Amino acid sequence: MAEAALSFERVSVSRDVETISRPSLSYWQDAWVRLKANTRALVSLYIVIALGVFTLAGPLVWQVDPSAQDLDQISVAPGTDRAAVIVPRYQPWSGATARVEGPALQAQEMTAPTVSVDIVGEPTTQAVRIQWDAVPGASGYRVYRNIADPAPDDHLGLPLADILTADRVSFEDRLDLKPRYYFYSVVALDRNSMPAPVYNTVATVPTRVITAEEAVARGLADTPDALRLGDTVHLALHPFGTDYLGRDMLARLMHGARVSLFIGIVAPFVYVLIGILYGSAAGFAGGRTDQILMRFADFVVALPFLLFMILFRILFGIEGGDSGILPMMIAMAILAWPAAARLVRGQILQIREEGYVSASRLLGAKTNYLVLRHMIPNTMGVILVTLTFAVPSAIFTEAFLSFIGMGVAPPTPSWGSMCNEGIKTMLTHPHELVFPAVFISITVLAFNLLGDGLRDALDARMRSRE
Amino acid sequence: MISGRGHTPFAPRPLAAAGGTDTAAAKPQPAPPSSGADIFNKTAGRDLLLLGLAAIAGFVLLMAVLAWASEATGGASNDALDPVTGTVTVALSTEPPQLDSTRATDMVSGQVLGHTMEGLLRYDQFNRIVPGVAERWEIDSERAVFHLRADARWSEGSPVTAHDFAFAWRTALDPATASEYAFILYSIKNARAANIGELPLDAVGIRIPDDRTLVVELERPTAYFDKLMAFPTFFPIKESFYQATDGRYGADAEELLYNGPFAITRWVHGASLRMERNPHYWDQDRIRIQAIDHAYITSDINAVINLYKDGKIAMAGLSAETLEDALDRRWNLHRFVDGSVFYIGLNHRPERVTSNLNLRKAMQLVTDSAELVYKVIKLPGNLPGESLFPVWLKGVNGYFRQEYPAPRPVIDIDRAREHLARAKEELGYDEMPPLIFLTGDNPASNKQSEYFQEVYKSRLGLEVKIDRQIFKQRLAKMTAGDYDMVLAGWGPDYADPLTFGDLFASWNQNNRGRYANPVLDEWVAVAQSSLDPEERMQAFAAIQRILHDDVVILMNYERGSVYVRDPRLQGVVRRAVGTDPDFTNAWIEG
Amino acid sequence: MLRYTVKRLIQGVITVWFIATATFLAMHSIPGDPLTSDKAVSEEIRKNLEAKYGLDKPLGEQYVIYLANMLQGDFGISFSQENRSVNDIIREHFPVSATLGILAIAFAGLGGILFGALTALYRNRLPDIAIMFLVILGISVPSFVFAALGQLALVNLNDLFGTSVLPVAGWGTVLHMVAPSLVLGLGTMAFLTRLMRSSMLEIVNSDYVRTANSKGLPPTRIFLKHQLRNAILPVITVLGPSIAAITTGGFVVELVFAIPGLGRYFVEAVQQSDYTVIMGTTVFYGAFLVFMVIVVDLLYGLVDPRVRLE
Repeated sequence: MAEAALSFERVSVSRDVETISRPSLSYWQDAWVRLKANTRALVSLYIVIALGVFTLAGPLVWQVDPSAQDLDQISVAPGTDRAAVIVPRYQPWSGATARVEGPALQAQEMTAPTVSVDIVGEPTTQAVRIQWDAVPGASGYRVYRNIADPAPDDHLGLPLADILTADRVSFEDRLDLKPRYYFYSVVALDRNSMPAPVYNTVATVPTRVITAEEAVARGLADTPDALRLGDTVHLALHPFGTDYLGRDMLARLMHGARVSLFIGIVAPFVYVLIGILYGSAAGFAGGRTDQILMRFADFVVALPFLLFMILFRILFGIEGGDSGILPMMIAMAILAWPAAARLVRGQILQIREEGYVSASRLLGAKTNYLVLRHMIPNTMGVILVTLTFAVPSAIFTEAFLSFIGMGVAPPTPSWGSMCNEGIKTMLTHPHELVFPAVFISITVLAFNLLGDGLRDALDARMRSRE
Repeated sequence: MISGRGHTPFAPRPLAAAGGTDTAAAKPQPAPPSSGADIFNKTAGRDLLLLGLAAIAGFVLLMAVLAWASEATGGASNDALDPVTGTVTVALSTEPPQLDSTRATDMVSGQVLGHTMEGLLRYDQFNRIVPGVAERWEIDSERAVFHLRADARWSEGSPVTAHDFAFAWRTALDPATASEYAFILYSIKNARAANIGELPLDAVGIRIPDDRTLVVELERPTAYFDKLMAFPTFFPIKESFYQATDGRYGADAEELLYNGPFAITRWVHGASLRMERNPHYWDQDRIRIQAIDHAYITSDINAVINLYKDGKIAMAGLSAETLEDALDRRWNLHRFVDGSVFYIGLNHRPERVTSNLNLRKAMQLVTDSAELVYKVIKLPGNLPGESLFPVWLKGVNGYFRQEYPAPRPVIDIDRAREHLARAKEELGYDEMPPLIFLTGDNPASNKQSEYFQEVYKSRLGLEVKIDRQIFKQRLAKMTAGDYDMVLAGWGPDYADPLTFGDLFASWNQNNRGRYANPVLDEWVAVAQSSLDPEERMQAFAAIQRILHDDVVILMNYERGSVYVRDPRLQGVVRRAVGTDPDFTNAWIEG
Repeated sequence: MLRYTVKRLIQGVITVWFIATATFLAMHSIPGDPLTSDKAVSEEIRKNLEAKYGLDKPLGEQYVIYLANMLQGDFGISFSQENRSVNDIIREHFPVSATLGILAIAFAGLGGILFGALTALYRNRLPDIAIMFLVILGISVPSFVFAALGQLALVNLNDLFGTSVLPVAGWGTVLHMVAPSLVLGLGTMAFLTRLMRSSMLEIVNSDYVRTANSKGLPPTRIFLKHQLRNAILPVITVLGPSIAAITTGGFVVELVFAIPGLGRYFVEAVQQSDYTVIMGTTVFYGAFLVFMVIVVDLLYGLVDPRVRLE
């Protein structure tokens, strides 16, 4: 037993146990560590930063006026050939006439109803001029244009014009000419303006041209004299192509980002701020005031959001020249603050009952101190997460309003309105839809994933398992 | 992962589950590839599969139940053309607000009424005026006499009488009806006075000597009175039926009585409108199809084209953006001029800068309607605007515009800048204040207003502010004069140049820019009351000249459109004035 | 339970009154008026029209009349469709929107639960990745882009089969409902899938599942009775807000697929400044959503015994 007694020995108490081996992490430092471990959230964060750079610094690098119209390059896809030949300014063409003898006949009475067609002069994207021999007995002619050979099934294509005077035997085409194959067909019309069953076709590829004045106006040369007729110039470069008015897509995406992201970020910021003030006031006051304030918030929550967005959009009566961004943000703020207010109030009520707050109060902390030291920092996490998730829905709201024609006013570009325009051309010029849609999608996705990451990192209780 | 060990009850508890759940969040643990996990996944996967099948079955069942419950709203899913039943399926662009002919104002109502009703006269497939309910008529400078045919019948079998016309016209003029188109009846004696409440409705110059004769006293000689008779406001309404509907006349298929070639048999609001042949119509030989089924109501041009691609409708309008796809598909394309003229209206009120002639001249000299049509609108059929009087209007013998050509548009930026400098001097500005450009909220006006904004900025250095407003607010602003420029258009009501010619008369309520020119007013008066075609056309030529020289408006384009039609469907008439599209002469081949 | 229900209903009625008032005020502060029309009309005709719609009375009186009529379930006469009452319009077009909405919710709910469970089971394996790709699309692509692409896909599908498999637009038969309801439900389905997935993963680690495992319960039973049932609960809570999202999301789908629903009418009414229709539909939708939220809350109390309604 003595031995046993002897075996008792004073344990040397090492102070090391008490020392903190690792540097203590503040709430935010800890959150940052956890966020960094989440690859998706981190990548999303980088994307969000990149979008910020694209929006703010982009226009400094790519200094193209987003409203400048390059009418020589309308709806051009990225990577299209840009060579153009300098030609003189467009001169009206008087065309060709022929002497017509005899009365107009019925189609079956015409002896030689086939029209022989020729191209007059050099076909250019400025104008293609065609001429044909008069058909005896015709009362007029119909001119067609196709982009493929009509021959296999007599498919003449687009009816360009009806010429209802028998003596006119020429036509000038200026409609949206591109440097590609065109097949012009001419049909004689009989006495009742019915087409004869036979046609003749001529094929041509117009040369892409530009006048010296236009070249100067587009900034391709300093003075018209620096260019000689027949010179080849390269039209302005549009890396992302152009839209339906020949405006640079890249520049418009950058400026559209300013609108979309501005609405997407600032509007939630404003209404979350209102929500914080309102919610913390209610939560802190408690009792009857709290009840009344929250009942009012419930009313506002019950207003159908999109319907009222539309009503407000009209209500604010956007005047000429206004972009309509501000009214849209005000409307969003008016309708969306209660959600944030509810959340903050809930948090405040919860924190008020926490041990550390009671302890702090027992130690004599004043209200101001409690609010600043405990309440606000402890709700910041929730607020930040709310804010991040509010961005995608604000961007979607803007896009939706643009779709039904209640979005920002032209010519202000926004991703939503660009998408809406792009839908109309999605079969022929998909790039006009794809770029803005991809930008919206990436932004929305990035903010969603970042929100997930922040939620996991900031609040252990709200954390999902991944 | 943990649950995967469920079948081995005595397996040691994994450590991660004991205390490591917090860290598990940051770094997901790879599932141990134990066979247990696989078995569990398989079982659960099989359960899920069963549940999934059940869910799909439930979903389908739900759909069937709902479809059965909502059968009343059903539209057809027929094919575009049915040669056996003689049915043509097409889409309507919008729903007719109602089909009361005294109050109808829009094109779609006009289209439906043009098939279901018949006026005293009508347009045939060559756009000539031919007998309708009236078999003969005489019009002189004081009165018009119409002799109604004996076999014209309402769809319930009773004869169409002169009383039906008199009742409809008086109803339209009744101030209580508040018809927007009442003005079109003003060439009838005392019609205007009755419409503004100065005279009783009985004082309107309509007499009915017998059931089959209608005598109309004219306020002034009216050269185009016959053409008015084809307009919907002049269609008949049977009084007893009208009163029986208790204010709902024209709201639904049952609340209408028809005297035209077709009758509406089914009208599901917003969804479909079906017309079938009216067995009581007098001219049965003319009608070759049995039914026109407007199975879809949508203004979404992509939806319409997709329906055509799918073989569900027989006709579809195309946009410039869809032309290439249409050519690739080797569709049968047609074009036609729809009759409307579009322009930039200018505000002539003295307080606006646009009242300055030099500024207007400067703008005219840079407004290139050819560029607008060929590069921005890009749809064949649209013509560069040169005159308020469109090319299809008839003159004395041939076309008005061939007899009296419009002044040629000139684009001259240097001269424009000289005019602008003078305008600045006259107005006392160093820099022009921004111009307010009022536009609608549809895509076409967005595109055009953005184009023009850049044109005036780059060519004249003028700042233009686009004021985009929904329809009613744009009209309110136009009426109040709260704009400098406005994108506007005008469609014809009847096939006479006067439908355009009186638009800028100082007394015209639709002259919202308040242009006032006594010389123009005089020419309008001549055109209104003269019966001599030559004199009238000269008056219109003078008006055309004034509109150009005084730059009352900036011409943009004459609207046309391109559409695709099922090649088996023949005889459809597209026209500028009157029912469009008109299927009354159509037939299905094959 | 009954007391709670009654209390909630009374609150609901007050909320609807608030919505009605807000709508009335909003409508009457809008510049421009519904009586302006394309053809200018004379002063007399205008006065007649104003009298017909009661616009000649002072605002206070209009408000009282408006509330009184609404209490009787009368929303007035449409401005643009002069012979139809707003009640007719709602009665004819709301069932269409509701059908579409119910199907979309059903699709979103069933799809979300199934896909969520599937992704949780096959975490980080092919089914998970494939479904998450769909989810990402559903979350990040605007609905109108989806609707337009969906319609295009239908055209190509029908082209491929050489016959009309599914109609590309319109309304009426079962087949007409498939594509629009899938497009409409996709966004919500994506959201619910994510929710279901994380809730499943949480439950896998819960004590009762572990207990069930150690008791040796058959996997099927554990999966169905313990995991799935509990994981569904949080999904039901968000159904209320989802109904709101789907109702308004219906606007886009109705426009693109040419469906005669109330949403499309609302958008058209706004463009026509049709006061009575706008007010009627807004109040109707507002009331509908308020009571749907109450129903979902009550339902939740029934499904989850842990929730005490008070």
